[in-house]
Amino acid sequence: MMGRMVHCGLFLVLLADWLPAQVTFDRILSANQEPQNWLTYSGTMLSQRHSQLTQITPQNVKNLQLAWIFQARSLEKFEATSLVVDGVLYTVQPPNDVVALDAATGRTYWVYSYSPSAKARPCCGRVNRGLAVLGDRVFMGTIDARLIALDAKTGKPVWSTQVAKPESGYALTHAPLIVKDKVIVGTAGGEYGIRGFIAAYDVNTGKEVWRFHNIPEPGEPGHETWAGDSWKTGGGSVWVTGSYDSDLNLTYWGIGNPGPDWNGDSRKGDNLYTDSVVALDGDTGKLKWHFQFSPHDEFDYDSVQVPVLVDMEWQGRPRKVMLWANRNGYYYALDRANGQFLTGKPFVKVTWSTGLDERGRPMKATTAASSPEGVLIYPGNQGGTNWYNSSYSPRTGLFYIPSWVEYNTTYYKLPVEYHEGRTFGGAALRANVGRRGATLTRLEDSEGYGAVRAIDPKTGDLKWEFKMSDVTDAGVLTTASDLLFTGGREGYFFGLDARNGQMLWKAIVGGVVASGPMTYAVNGRQYVAVAAGNALFSFALPQ
Amino acid sequence: MRVARFLTPLLFAAALFAQHTYTLADIENGGRLYLANCTVCHGPDGDLQPGVNLGRGKFRRASSDDELEQIITKGIPGTGMPSHDLTPQQVESVVAYLRSMAASGHSTLPSGNAARGKAIFEGKGECLNCHRVHGSGSYSGPDLSDIGLVRRTAELEKSLVDPNAEILPDNRVVHVVTKDGKEMTARLLNADTLALLVLDAQGQLHSYSKSDLREYSLMKDSSMPSYKGKLTTQEMGDVVSYMASLKGAETR
Repeated sequence: MMGRMVHCGLFLVLLADWLPAQVTFDRILSANQEPQNWLTYSGTMLSQRHSQLTQITPQNVKNLQLAWIFQARSLEKFEATSLVVDGVLYTVQPPNDVVALDAATGRTYWVYSYSPSAKARPCCGRVNRGLAVLGDRVFMGTIDARLIALDAKTGKPVWSTQVAKPESGYALTHAPLIVKDKVIVGTAGGEYGIRGFIAAYDVNTGKEVWRFHNIPEPGEPGHETWAGDSWKTGGGSVWVTGSYDSDLNLTYWGIGNPGPDWNGDSRKGDNLYTDSVVALDGDTGKLKWHFQFSPHDEFDYDSVQVPVLVDMEWQGRPRKVMLWANRNGYYYALDRANGQFLTGKPFVKVTWSTGLDERGRPMKATTAASSPEGVLIYPGNQGGTNWYNSSYSPRTGLFYIPSWVEYNTTYYKLPVEYHEGRTFGGAALRANVGRRGATLTRLEDSEGYGAVRAIDPKTGDLKWEFKMSDVTDAGVLTTASDLLFTGGREGYFFGLDARNGQMLWKAIVGGVVASGPMTYAVNGRQYVAVAAGNALFSFALPQ
Repeated sequence: MRVARFLTPLLFAAALFAQHTYTLADIENGGRLYLANCTVCHGPDGDLQPGVNLGRGKFRRASSDDELEQIITKGIPGTGMPSHDLTPQQVESVVAYLRSMAASGHSTLPSGNAARGKAIFEGKGECLNCHRVHGSGSYSGPDLSDIGLVRRTAELEKSLVDPNAEILPDNRVVHVVTKDGKEMTARLLNADTLALLVLDAQGQLHSYSKSDLREYSLMKDSSMPSYKGKLTTQEMGDVVSYMASLKGAETR
């Protein structure tokens, strides 16, 4: 009897070990405590892209070698950050095929193939940036504006919800965010005169629970910042994932450019909440506070960056801070409890504005008026940075920004009219850099270059820079062993010393890195994975 | 009477709207589209088809921009002019480029003889000492085998007279000194964070790790001499005529 009980108990223990536990929301909230997994787009809800794994170190990183490659059956940009749950890696083969792989070998468990509707018209590539996971489900937004829940073990669809009309230009391209029992997404389409929104769906049913309109309608606060009917086509897209603070129960999202992008004549006013961060109640979606980085923008400065949440000492007292390197060229620190501006400073050359006032509002340069004759502006249209994620290391105390340095665009303003589903831009553009995938003959800094810039978040001061020749669409990962991983357009994947930017290791991956690296471990072995070109690469130390 | 007075301003407005205003960016985009779609038949100056000259701002079958757009989009039935699958914005920019061709003018040189120009190009002009055409010549300057497809005669003339006026990024020359003291001046084919890839005058491809170089820098000035005063205007006209005839190898 006793023996049978022991056996039974042993069996249960084995079973528990063998059957991966479900991904509860508590696990996602404390993802830092299981760094072998990567449970949400930015690694943790604070979105620091900082891993606690330390097997790979500045000393041994030179020994990193390829563990496996997954070749996507797709020639689209591979922008997804993978998730890893207990040895299974989930990623997206663009545009919208979900793939489950053995994270140690790269062998495929299953593929869910999805053919987006021909009505889909994403502006800038048929791309997807990643997935969310909760319980035994995986969630994906599609370029034809559907939100789909799959069974994580089989890839079979559980539910599918049409979030918005793809024929009007709406698309879902970012990884969804889980908050408690809801899955949150926002709509892309800022080049098509959409009226963007953020919405939460019941994880079990796919039913919409709340919706926050990024452009206020008549009667709502902020509506007065739009002239006439311009709010109806005001843009305000969302296309990277937000963050969540469980103590405050606030979820933070960066909002994209106003529509039309480059000709603001029809939309006089500040155009809230475009180019802003909004703090929304995690249960109701009610707006708690907002901060607008670029009022009445005519240079396409989407605030589509991942909000990086840091608890740090600020001027002698502990404070809940949000770090933000914005497309408009300024770095900002905000108090994330109330949106108060703490500090701000350009991290690249900025000419559209002469500085920030004491509340963080930019003072526009008189020379920066958009015109048909053309106006040359720093940073250029793709911004000082963009959607590719930054990273914060609590060990070094530095904030790492993928940057476009000395980069400009000349904007030639054009008349523009709204037609449903057609681009709604209002300018022709000419930039000094940016031919993707071409060979490069720029050699001088003034011709523009890509870099990782490490700044002190308390002052915005530049601490070091890792310079590349071409510009970069790669995110940044840091680890608790003081390593930093990133890539660029040239087809390298770099391992740097996070303390000083020194290059310690590189791999030639032969294609543009247009995604954020991530790290995970299986059976005690640490891997670093990055998508480049049309493939996903995973590196590890020799066994 | 009342009706007539009402109509006149409307007609006037319609006439004004027929000619659009274009930005520099439109013209540049249009130029690229023109090179890709039009030069094979019309040539860079728009005068390759007998009886058709697109570079003068006057068109036999169109006077307004809208009519030009129609022709580009739909083609001209019964002629060699095909329809084109371009977006309305692209068609507009091609028209912008056509309008600009008239404004930017032609080569001021006397019209030349391509055969004489070839002789000068290969003889007293010594152009093949640096340039390359259809497999002959040097690698130190740009290969000109298809220059007639990608440059207008006015631009060719400008390069002959004032080679420093514009050096395209693709034609940059770099000076490198290796750590062991070797120096080289070569055409820059590619530069990245860690490497420089070049083509030297002898036709050797070199791939340098930047860490193996003591220094490297872009040559600011073109190594090409100006031919102003070295060739007569008639000789330059002949050379331009020859270069305009270079259309590259048949690849399809």
